[in-house]
Amino acid sequence: MSQVVMYNTFERLWHWTLAVLILILLFTGFNIHGTYQVFSFEQAVNVHIVTSWLLMGLLVFIIFWHMTTGEWKQYIPSSTNKLIAVMKYYAIDIFMGGGHPHHKTRKEKLNPMQRMAYLSLHVAITPVIWISGLLYLYYPYWDNIGLGSLSLGIVALVHTAAAFVLVAFLIVHLYLALTTSEEPLGHLKAMITGYEKE
Amino acid sequence: MFFYKLKNSVLLSGILYSFLFVICSNSYSSVETPKVISSTADHTKFEILQKKFATGPDVTKACLSCHTEASNQLHKTKHWNWTFTNPDTGQEVGKKSIINNYCLSINKNYARCTSCHIGYGWKDKNFDFTSQENVDCLVCHDTTDTYKKFPTAAGHPNYKDKAFPKGSKKIWKAPDLSLIAQNVGKSRRKNCGACHFYGGGGDGVKHGDLDSSMTNPDKHLDVHMGVDGLNFTCSECHTADGHDVKGSRYNIVAKDTHGIDVPGRDDHSRATCESCHGMTPHPETINNKINDHTDKVACVTCHIPTYARGGVDTKMWWDWSSAGKKDADGKLIKMKNDKGQVTYFSKKGTFTWGQNLVPEYDWLSGNIKYKQLDEKIDPTQVVALNTFSGSYNDPDARIWPFKIMRGKQPYDKGNSTLALLHLFGKDKEAYWKSYNWNSAIKSAMDEAQANYSGEYGFIETTLHWPLAHMVAPKEQSLSCDECHSKDGRLANLTDFYLPGRDKNDWLDLFGWLACHIGYSGRSFTSWFNTLFLCEKKE
Repeated sequence: MSQVVMYNTFERLWHWTLAVLILILLFTGFNIHGTYQVFSFEQAVNVHIVTSWLLMGLLVFIIFWHMTTGEWKQYIPSSTNKLIAVMKYYAIDIFMGGGHPHHKTRKEKLNPMQRMAYLSLHVAITPVIWISGLLYLYYPYWDNIGLGSLSLGIVALVHTAAAFVLVAFLIVHLYLALTTSEEPLGHLKAMITGYEKE
Repeated sequence: MFFYKLKNSVLLSGILYSFLFVICSNSYSSVETPKVISSTADHTKFEILQKKFATGPDVTKACLSCHTEASNQLHKTKHWNWTFTNPDTGQEVGKKSIINNYCLSINKNYARCTSCHIGYGWKDKNFDFTSQENVDCLVCHDTTDTYKKFPTAAGHPNYKDKAFPKGSKKIWKAPDLSLIAQNVGKSRRKNCGACHFYGGGGDGVKHGDLDSSMTNPDKHLDVHMGVDGLNFTCSECHTADGHDVKGSRYNIVAKDTHGIDVPGRDDHSRATCESCHGMTPHPETINNKINDHTDKVACVTCHIPTYARGGVDTKMWWDWSSAGKKDADGKLIKMKNDKGQVTYFSKKGTFTWGQNLVPEYDWLSGNIKYKQLDEKIDPTQVVALNTFSGSYNDPDARIWPFKIMRGKQPYDKGNSTLALLHLFGKDKEAYWKSYNWNSAIKSAMDEAQANYSGEYGFIETTLHWPLAHMVAPKEQSLSCDECHSKDGRLANLTDFYLPGRDKNDWLDLFGWLACHIGYSGRSFTSWFNTLFLCEKKE
């Protein structure tokens, strides 16, 4: 057990920037959706559009970082046996006091379930959000790209559904990040300072 | 940088020049300023106008001696013929034939209605529409504000001082035709307003977006016509070529995809917002959504937040079925509200009024049709006197604001058709003489050579008036929430998905449920964890 740099500076920077942008997008998004009226519709749309472009810009950097550092390999699914072991842990052992079958290291930050979860976030939910969002934003131009028969209701439905999935994901993410470390709030500290025991 | 400097220097020199101008004009103002007119003709100098005129047609003859083609031009217009064939529908419309829910129609009521005709003497159906001298030049070109057509004289002014209403103390002075003829000029708001502000029998009655407050509006009432702003006349937008004035609600241009009109290339009409502002009039920002709206939302929908805003009420409801009551002495009854507006009159029935009103909204692409006299109606339903096409899926349609005039009016119960009504006249068939519905309806229907069954009833009707005036300054245009919210202004237009208003209830239910299960499930494990796991550790 030694202190290592679990998350380097850029990793922490993009994580927190991403966190802030996603929270703003969710908050303004559900404002636009009509769930509440904290901001006026116009203000909410303004912020939502500006924030979405900032986020798209950030994503370019994040993807570049993943590709050039090889960090993307962290999301490659692990063997089925390992996955079953982790699932058994969360279903039974976490209550009974059994140890976690995965040992978090710099090279393998994510346990097999997290790998699956983040991978599906990256390859499924994120593209759905961005494609539906961009279509939503440019709805008057659908005819120009041969999508004239698309309906705004469907696009909005998909965009909102993806947002709900993201909220659910966020809740679980927060729970795991805040409560499952050996040292209280250890994961949170690591994401702020970069250091964590390996 | 260069342009910035240029701009600054232009600005600076502008200030200097205006300062010089102020000094010069101040010293000049002590001298008698000659009258400057933009026209190349001073009509006071024309000999033919320097005489007493007995009648309006006499003035017209004098006008025609120079303006030889004026009457020929006017003979081709809606203003003269009160009839118009809509090229989209092929339907014959115009005041001559359409039926409304004010005084219903001009049949047998000519002399009263034609006080707003641009001619002299249309007192019955035999009016000569080829007469040159019966074109009224003065009503549109008077600049003295003293010319007035007498309300019951078939388009003539009164040639002797006369009381109106008859027997009252309100004396209408006979206008000085010679003075007026020598002071003709371009039509001003007041000229157009003499008829268009008073349609339906009084100030603001008919349109809702046109009333006497528009004679000299401030820019908050109308950003284009405001005297403290651009000070547009009507003809600034309603351009005229050979006296044919553009822009009519009979074949309204719901979406002008021509955009900004270029001389020599376009439709020679500035009677749409797009003619000057184009289809993307708002400054482009990262949120370009407002410009994205112009395909589906008419400019006036956001830029006329409310109508009848100038302090003049417009009529909203007219119930003819309650007309004809008399008091114990057999006299006519007139009731007024606190504002002095008539709410009941034996001659006309019951009214309601309103001002500063929120428009009603609907899809409009055109194809405006008026219910014809020989068309069957369903008396169990509210009858729409005019209908039009438009829907979300119609690429030519946009959401437009309307004043919807509602009321109850007589109809032919036996034939299930609309009815006409002979109101005005000295004969005993006139409703305002005898108060007999049957004979008044029959008389007007006979005039129109329509078949009347002899049995009448009352039906509720609607008449849609697209709103296009009283455009507010941009600061007062609608905020997004006016429509993008539950129970907003577009609550009734349900054929499309409107963000902020519409949502899929199932998705919301499952979405929030999933989040809640996620949250409470995790709370549960967290609680369990703390309770048992930590204990074990100890």
